[in-house]
Amino acid sequence: MTSVLAGPLSAINYAEPWYVQIIKALLIFAIGFSLVPLVLLYERKLLGRFQGRPGPNRVGIYGSMQPLADIGKLLFKEQFKPRGAIGWLFIAAPLISMVAALATFPLIPFSGAPQEILGTKVGLYGLDSDIGLLIFFAFSAIGSYGILLGGWSSTSKYSFLGAMRGAAQLISYEAAQGLALLGVVMTTGSLSLSEIVDKQDHMGLWFLVPQIVGAFIFFVATLAEINRTPFDLLEADSELVGGFMTEYGGGRFALYYVAEYVHLVVAGAMFSTLFLGGWNIPFWNGAPGFLDPFVVLAKTLVIVSIIIWIRATLPRLRYDQLMSFGWKILLPLATLNALVTAIVLVAL
Amino acid sequence: MEVSADDEKTGSGGHAGGPDREAATGSREQDAPATKGERDRGAKIADQTSATTPEADTDGQPDEGGGSSPSADPQAESPATATATALQERTEREAEWEELARRYRADEATIDFSTQLGAVATQDEAELLTINMGPHHPATHGVLRLLTTLEGEVIRDVKPIIGYLHTGIEKTAEDKAYWKVIPVVERMDYLAYYFNAMAYCGAVEDLLGVEVPKRAQYLRVIHLELNRIMSHLVWLGTTMLDLGAISILWYAFRERETVLDLFEYSSGQRMHTRYFQIGGVVEDIPAGWATKLQRFLDEMPTRLDQYEAMLSKNEIILQRLKNVGVLDARRLQEWGVSGPLLRAAGVPWDLRKATPYSSYDDFDFKVPVGTIGDNYDRYAVRVAEMRESVKIIQQALDGLPEGPTITEDRKVALPPRHELATSMEALIHHFKLVTEGMRVPEGEAYFPIEGPRGELGCFVRSNGSSKPARVHMRDPSFVNLQAFGDMARGEYIADMIATLACLDPLLGGIDR
Amino acid sequence: MLRSYLPLLIFLVLSTGVGAFFVMANTLLGPRFKRRPTTVHEDAYESGLPSDVQQGFRFGISFYLIAMLFLLFDIEVVFLYPIAVELKQFGTFALVETAVFIVLLFVALIYVWRRGALEWK
Repeated sequence: MTSVLAGPLSAINYAEPWYVQIIKALLIFAIGFSLVPLVLLYERKLLGRFQGRPGPNRVGIYGSMQPLADIGKLLFKEQFKPRGAIGWLFIAAPLISMVAALATFPLIPFSGAPQEILGTKVGLYGLDSDIGLLIFFAFSAIGSYGILLGGWSSTSKYSFLGAMRGAAQLISYEAAQGLALLGVVMTTGSLSLSEIVDKQDHMGLWFLVPQIVGAFIFFVATLAEINRTPFDLLEADSELVGGFMTEYGGGRFALYYVAEYVHLVVAGAMFSTLFLGGWNIPFWNGAPGFLDPFVVLAKTLVIVSIIIWIRATLPRLRYDQLMSFGWKILLPLATLNALVTAIVLVAL
Repeated sequence: MEVSADDEKTGSGGHAGGPDREAATGSREQDAPATKGERDRGAKIADQTSATTPEADTDGQPDEGGGSSPSADPQAESPATATATALQERTEREAEWEELARRYRADEATIDFSTQLGAVATQDEAELLTINMGPHHPATHGVLRLLTTLEGEVIRDVKPIIGYLHTGIEKTAEDKAYWKVIPVVERMDYLAYYFNAMAYCGAVEDLLGVEVPKRAQYLRVIHLELNRIMSHLVWLGTTMLDLGAISILWYAFRERETVLDLFEYSSGQRMHTRYFQIGGVVEDIPAGWATKLQRFLDEMPTRLDQYEAMLSKNEIILQRLKNVGVLDARRLQEWGVSGPLLRAAGVPWDLRKATPYSSYDDFDFKVPVGTIGDNYDRYAVRVAEMRESVKIIQQALDGLPEGPTITEDRKVALPPRHELATSMEALIHHFKLVTEGMRVPEGEAYFPIEGPRGELGCFVRSNGSSKPARVHMRDPSFVNLQAFGDMARGEYIADMIATLACLDPLLGGIDR
Repeated sequence: MLRSYLPLLIFLVLSTGVGAFFVMANTLLGPRFKRRPTTVHEDAYESGLPSDVQQGFRFGISFYLIAMLFLLFDIEVVFLYPIAVELKQFGTFALVETAVFIVLLFVALIYVWRRGALEWK
């Protein structure tokens, strides 16, 4: 492959024809959306195995139709809106959550060099922007509006408490999450996700090794962002019944549900992109290009499994513990990490 | 508002403490008999009891709720004077009750319900949020209602309100023959059915003066301790679920399943087994049961090690449990709290040691105690208790004596089946027992045992017939719940839920 | 360059579409009642008891304090990103500037910490 074609297309100022973009966007959306039921089933199966039970195994072969049955059941539920709920906000909130979750999906690069498909060079990603990371942050911040508005507009006390926790959670992890990636950005010198992977490719070293502290902080903050154990206090079912989604049911609840699992997939993919070298296969430089998307998916699966493992093992933190953890440990640690990385980079 | 006020009455009763509440109920019961007919009936009852009760023997301690039951003074020379004295005392007591009722109503009038149940916005401090946790809430372990006042997420006040699972079991028991009461009382605290049966059978045996065979006593101990392990396992699983650790529930229930299988094997039922009889146990353990039990005993300590590896070294669990819900031993004793909660605060009070029953003094076991009485101590004490229970069962199994499993007293226990074919006497006893039941001499008995949640006592009063005149349970969940407000005030919601879970209340036992 | 953002736009449209589809399908498939739902039916959930409906819950005061802090540090992040991208080009000058900036904020964090603004009860 020539050096011009190695690397993202945006770097050489090349944009694909509009029809290619539309087709690949549709394709990636279809793949991303169909990952949701798969991950849903995977989580339930894996949790079952962790807990010494088979997990869903009645609907379809090996329980394979369970997610569809779940969604189907939700669609046949009554549309419910509590008296006094702020109508349009109540309806818009789950939509915001889902759109924001899905909008981060095209950012994930699935392959390095553009692949020749039917005579056209196609980069295997929805969108490769030189502000990719910022878009990612922006949409994950918008996603928490879905939670805040949903909890607040329900006019239920439990929902309100859930929303309050959502706000607390957001302000505890976001600053640390942003700071944790500074090291990666400094080393790469770019915010483009595919360039970050390229850099790891060239260094022959995943960012997990030099940026281990950043990786840890980012992972923890991501857990908080996608409301997974041990930071699932927004929907702490033993305390707040359903948290911010107490009043939601049927299709609207399905949106939150889908958003949660899209978040899970994106979190896994984003971590493998930033710290696990994306499509890079260690000790195999001449890997064929068509393997790249599968490598990314495999690494995503590993991270998703770890997140599920954590869910099976750890209890919930209390919300003030989360806040002091975010402010007193993660934030100073992330700042120090950024500072040390900057010094090392400039000194070398 | 009327309904809320009623709820509140129950709630403040539960909050204010046992004796007060008993007095209140007593007075409320006596609100009505202002009419003449009622008075006459009362007098008649007094007459009857004094005439037929020359001496009421009190074997056990008298019930603390005696105020609600009209028991006449037995000091009487002749029936006529006895009636007169009884009548006089009756009127005196009624006057006393009316005075109490008047005071209670005056008290009630001063309670400002609006501050507790009214809209939040009308309160002076608009930052406060009043929220109902329960009765329909996943973490209230049944149908407990917690009227909670929050400031942010911090609990400013919490009032447990009970009565949503009232089943009237104590009243039902008064209409059943003595041996038919056992399955009824077993259903009160539905995780400690052997304990309920034990307390009731113990009280009745005290009244009857029946000697329980040694083998039956040992079998009782084995089943009681298995039941304790089972109850603590449910507690462990659900408490950790409330803390967000979901997997431990399945592990705990896996072991609980083994225990329930053992119960099923020995008695035919998994829950509410009715294995304990008055005078012993219903039948001997089946062949092979001891082997299964031994397998369980060998496995359980390693399982407990695994739980502790998962929980006791988990930083998040430690942070969530340590120094949360602390209440010192003095306050706990003032509230009448007993069981693991009191032991967690460092008081080695265990009725198995203090007043050994059912041969508990034969066994060598320790009473685990905590230090400061926080949720972590409560957790540690219960896990240690499971280990001690395993030790007790092992000793009981090893030293299980031979002999009958139920008393030979034919007036109490059914004769063996084969005797019915040959012995006329046995047939008559069988007929009498099945149709009428046993007659129990007059008197009162209180039989306290160490349940999984604390002192579980049964008070039985007999009037000489084949049905108990009064059955009352001192359920530890009910008494322990009183201390909940003190524990939870000033904590976060999440900690309140954890504290409630560590309190281990069982609504079936609380509401009865 | 803006042309390469087309996929993102498609994603936004598609996900809104799918979301709307879910809600629509629910409206079509879900049970419908001839009569108007009762007041109890429309009540917000409060553990099975009638709840006093109130709009506009208020967040506690302490939230605003932390939210201000959060804004401060989030802006720190926003400022740091452009520098981070070009750090190698600017070299020591940018490093010193960044270090001073970070240290100042760090001191502020420690000050706030010591003053107890991060405590929650």
